[in-house]
Amino acid sequence: MELELDNDQHLFWETSRKFIESSCPLATVRQLYDDPDGFDRGWWRQVAELGWTSMLVPEEHGGGTVSGNGLLDLVLVAEEMGRWVSPGPFLPTNVVAATVARSGSAEQKKDLLGAVVAGELTAAWCFDEPGTRWGPAGVGLTARGDGGDFVLAGIKSPVEAAAQADRLLVTARTGEGLGQFLVPADAPGVRVTPLRSLDFCRRFATVSFEDVRVPESAVVGAPGGAAGDVEIQIQLAAALQCAETVGAVDRVFEFTTQYAFDRFSFGRPLASYQALKHRFADMKTWLEACHATATSAARGVQEGADDAGDLASVAKSYVGERSVDIIQDCVQMHGGIGVTWEHDIHLYLRRATVNRETYGTPADHRERLASLLGM
Amino acid sequence: MAQDTTAPEDLDSFRLRARTWLADNLPRIAQGTAAMDLQESQQADPTRARELQRKLFDGGFAGICYPKEYGGQGLPREHQRAFNEESAPYEMPLVFNIPTLSILAPTILDFGTEEQKKRHLPAILRGEELWVQFLSEPTGGSDLAGVLTRATRDGDVWVLNGSKIWSSGAFRSDYALCLARTDWEAPKHRGLTMFIVKIHQPGIEIQQIMMVNGMREFCQEFFTDVHLPAENVLGAVNDGWTVASRLLYHEREAVGGGSQYVSGMSVGARSGPMRDLADLAIAKGRAGDARVRQLVGEAHANDAVQRQLIERIGASIRLGVLPPPAGAIPRLYGGMNSVRRSSIGLDIAGADAVAWADDDSPEEGIGTFFVMRQGSCLGGGSTEMARNIISERVLGMPREYAADRDKPFDQVQRNRMPSR
Ligand SMILES: Cc1cc2nc3c(=O)[nH]c(=O)nc-3n(C[C@H](O)[C@H](O)[C@H](O)COP(=O)(O)OP(=O)(O)OC[C@H]3O[C@@H](n4cnc5c(N)ncnc54)[C@H](O)[C@@H]3O)c2cc1C
Ligand SMILES: Cc1cc2nc3c(=O)[nH]c(=O)nc-3n(C[C@H](O)[C@H](O)[C@H](O)COP(=O)(O)OP(=O)(O)OC[C@H]3O[C@@H](n4cnc5c(N)ncnc54)[C@H](O)[C@@H]3O)c2cc1C
Repeated sequence: MELELDNDQHLFWETSRKFIESSCPLATVRQLYDDPDGFDRGWWRQVAELGWTSMLVPEEHGGGTVSGNGLLDLVLVAEEMGRWVSPGPFLPTNVVAATVARSGSAEQKKDLLGAVVAGELTAAWCFDEPGTRWGPAGVGLTARGDGGDFVLAGIKSPVEAAAQADRLLVTARTGEGLGQFLVPADAPGVRVTPLRSLDFCRRFATVSFEDVRVPESAVVGAPGGAAGDVEIQIQLAAALQCAETVGAVDRVFEFTTQYAFDRFSFGRPLASYQALKHRFADMKTWLEACHATATSAARGVQEGADDAGDLASVAKSYVGERSVDIIQDCVQMHGGIGVTWEHDIHLYLRRATVNRETYGTPADHRERLASLLGM
Repeated sequence: MAQDTTAPEDLDSFRLRARTWLADNLPRIAQGTAAMDLQESQQADPTRARELQRKLFDGGFAGICYPKEYGGQGLPREHQRAFNEESAPYEMPLVFNIPTLSILAPTILDFGTEEQKKRHLPAILRGEELWVQFLSEPTGGSDLAGVLTRATRDGDVWVLNGSKIWSSGAFRSDYALCLARTDWEAPKHRGLTMFIVKIHQPGIEIQQIMMVNGMREFCQEFFTDVHLPAENVLGAVNDGWTVASRLLYHEREAVGGGSQYVSGMSVGARSGPMRDLADLAIAKGRAGDARVRQLVGEAHANDAVQRQLIERIGASIRLGVLPPPAGAIPRLYGGMNSVRRSSIGLDIAGADAVAWADDDSPEEGIGTFFVMRQGSCLGGGSTEMARNIISERVLGMPREYAADRDKPFDQVQRNRMPSR
């Protein structure tokens, strides 16, 4: 998180924080484990009222920011969501809304944005495909022009919150390059198969497109010209997800440090053993580094900086790997209690692990960095 | 103190002025010369670096963050950073950065008398004085307050006896800050005094020590009845630990890469060697290998995060979000990153890093860097000490047990002689 917030941002952050703490504590998250959707629609409308779905949507469509920098406002929420392992299709809905706001037709904006802002509609971004390399080059789902229509064929997986979504943004390969299509989740030929997930309340699905016919009005932007949008989606996903992960790690480190002061062994607190103190020092260093790089990524993406793609992948690769290392070390610091179902730490480890592997693994983003370095 | 009432020059206009001046006045680095090579040649012979520093001074670009009354420019850190970015393609007097400009001169700024500051700071900025740290001793560097080198008062002078070791660059330097024991009956932290020592004078013998990378940076000094004028005490007599603590703070900033007093790229900023890894992979035809690509990407990310971390910790300390000892965080990161980088380099170069032809110098550098790599976890205080500082003074965990606490120093147990 930014070290200095203006008054409005501070208020927004405080409100969001208090709301999550009271409306969705970890006990509630645990109850969502058996819930097929993993979140409550009524709760989602409430968070939408707080502005969690409006920051990347322009004012004329009912959106609006706190500071004038929507992404920097939104990462404040993401970080709090991480601290409480919150439910909800936060990342995909915001990423899709941002894309439609940027490149969608007037009709698409009208259809989607107001309802997203109100929390009445959620969206999924269908990008990853099974068995291919992550990234634009791995998009194999085809969109074939047919009369005035397009016919989509292929499989996307894993897709976050697809089974809960009303609209799907599908990245496809057209004759001319990447294209994106806004598809109603109940369009004929769309088959959504829910997956089991490591996370307590985050849901994924496999979505297959069996010759799904959509009109030309479903195209977001130009039919073969989605590469720029996809790049921004990748950056936004990285910035939002890194902020969330950092919030989770920050919270785990906080209660683990406290535990080290409270737990005694051989008549001394764990915090008095140098072998453990040194591990805490390493963890503190990595944690600060995670904060630093997540913030830099959010700033770079917000500003549309020349090196925004680089900053996003630096953060995504670093945070992805370090986050789970830190949390696993914190499990170790807890001893036996750390590997129990009752203890909360595994809720965080699950979330961080899911985040590490989705929207590009650390290895994927390192390869991307090598490309950006001209390799 | 003279109060400067004019607002600092606007950053953009400063940057442009620096760009023009650099192009007109400083030599460009020859194609293919790494900052590291430049540094090494300046370390062996600083004559040219002294001339370059003088040029910076005459051009009004020396000591950008130093107060004007001591020959600096009195500008904020953003200006130094902009200057560093602009100066990247030019030959800069890098040998002045650590420890002279970033550690010792700031300590003099903090504790020096007006006379000491007027005498040394402008001279440093003019390139006339290179400084070195006389801290570590053969009996122990981490336990800095345990020094045995003694200074005894004799009328108008102090008489120095003992030995210092691991002093980087003593042979080419002009002055040192030297920590010595002045009271043996006080507990160890309370019997120390920091001295300004002119290096080339009777009673000081310097021996160079070869390091594993073949360089002769390290030195050991032997002091025999060296006479120090009483006005060479920095800070107060028997309060040397206060001065040393501040020096170590500046040192952690410098070694971690966060010092505002560093002038010119290359130290802390690692874009040079990073580029080398990508270029090496391309030159070796390994750019298409996913594993190699990931290693280069990782090294790049680690370096980028290091710069971001330095910024964040610096801002956190300025804003009071973290206490000043948090400067140990970038120092620890820097050590660990350097270790990781050296392993990555070795992995990319493979066998070429251990057996190379004469005209393949980058590979030689990678192997040698690997063999020398722990130096980055020792110099400037070890990473273990950084961990102690972070856990104890940032996280507030209990202090390590010290067997010599509150004991008169002359009763403290010392090293056992190694038995052979
Ligand atoms: C899978 C599993 C199976 C088990 N099966 C059994 C069983 O069958 N029977 C049984 O009796 N127990 C069993 N245990 C318990 C196990 O022996 C303890 O979890 C273990 O001894 C650690 O003790 P603790 O959990 O109380 O952690 P703590 O002792 O509280 O330690 C917490 C952390 O502090 C570290 N630590 C503690 N003291 C020091 C020190 N002096 N120096 C450095 N680090 C220190 C620990 O290594 C640990 O990382 C099992 C545990 C697990 C995870
Ligand atoms: C490249 C380089 C440049 C240097 N330049 C200078 C210089 O210019 N001037 C100068 O005075 N010195 C210099 N040094 C010396 C440096 O400051 C010391 O090497 C360092 O402080 C460690 O001290 P030592 O070598 O005596 O190791 P020791 O203090 O003997 O330590 C040995 C090992 O034990 C560990 N250790 C010691 N105490 C503890 C503890 N309490 N808890 C946990 N671990 C501990 C250390 O971390 C280290 O790993 C330089 C060193 C290097 C490598």
